[in-house]
Amino acid sequence: MKIKIEVMLRDAILDPQGNTIKKSLNSLGFKNVKSVRQGKLIEIDLNTSSSNKEKKNIEKMCEDVLANSLTEKYKIKFLK
Amino acid sequence: MKVAIVVFPGSNCDRDIAWAIKKISGYKPVYLWHKEKNFRNYDLIILPGGFSYGDYLRCGAIGSHSPIMKEIKKRSQNGTKIIGICNGFQILTESKMLPGSLLQNENLKFICKKIYLKVKNNNTFVSKKYKLNEIINVPIAHMEGRYYCSKETLKELENNNQIIFQYCSNNGNIKDTDNPNGSTMNIAGITNLKGNVLGMMPHPERCSEELLGGENGINFFKSIFENIN
Repeated sequence: MKIKIEVMLRDAILDPQGNTIKKSLNSLGFKNVKSVRQGKLIEIDLNTSSSNKEKKNIEKMCEDVLANSLTEKYKIKFLK
Repeated sequence: MKVAIVVFPGSNCDRDIAWAIKKISGYKPVYLWHKEKNFRNYDLIILPGGFSYGDYLRCGAIGSHSPIMKEIKKRSQNGTKIIGICNGFQILTESKMLPGSLLQNENLKFICKKIYLKVKNNNTFVSKKYKLNEIINVPIAHMEGRYYCSKETLKELENNNQIIFQYCSNNGNIKDTDNPNGSTMNIAGITNLKGNVLGMMPHPERCSEELLGGENGINFFKSIFENIN
């Protein structure tokens, strides 16, 4: 089973990288860019097939390691 | 006094802090590899600066899951004194032994320079030898030192006097312009509620002898030794 996990800083938290990209895009002529937030994408290949138990395990992996719940939010996408 | 310094793959201030402790107190600290699970009791355990596990994923995130951390957490609950400096502070927040988190510096740069700190609480095991509101000159060297916590946590930190060091100007003003990394309320160092776990971004071990350009860190170590003895 393959999954993709998207980790983003929570909305209330300042994202200086996103701000820098936004300013740069604006100065390159992309004037309509209002705001940019930058995060990370983690692709994982698992030896198991999709099951409820496995989904819980993946949640735990995100909560315990892949994201810091105080400052980050995450989305899990199950691929084929 | 028995002191242990934890060595993670990527730690690089372990020897600096051992040097400072030996020089100031005469005690020779022991190094503990991060895979240790059973070790004797120590009065003080230090998580040094560096780049544990290359700081991949998030600073301190993988280090906080090192085998030794489970035992350190347990011992901190029983009163053992724990200090995390720089990467050590990041490991302490990632392992939830201290509240909050350390994010990328607001200016996106690795900042390596001497800054001024105000001692906001001199009634802790690391600050007793300083005067209250004393201004000290200490180096920082980090890319992820922007302390962040929720409003509720900030209130608790303030109410319980857990903010020990704040970034300030050379005359002690605590303003945004003297905040090197964008930390909430210029926070540079905090303790847990019980007061036996301290985390800070600045490096007192790098200013504990004149040869290194300053001695303002000496009282940090003297406070510890007096307190424990």
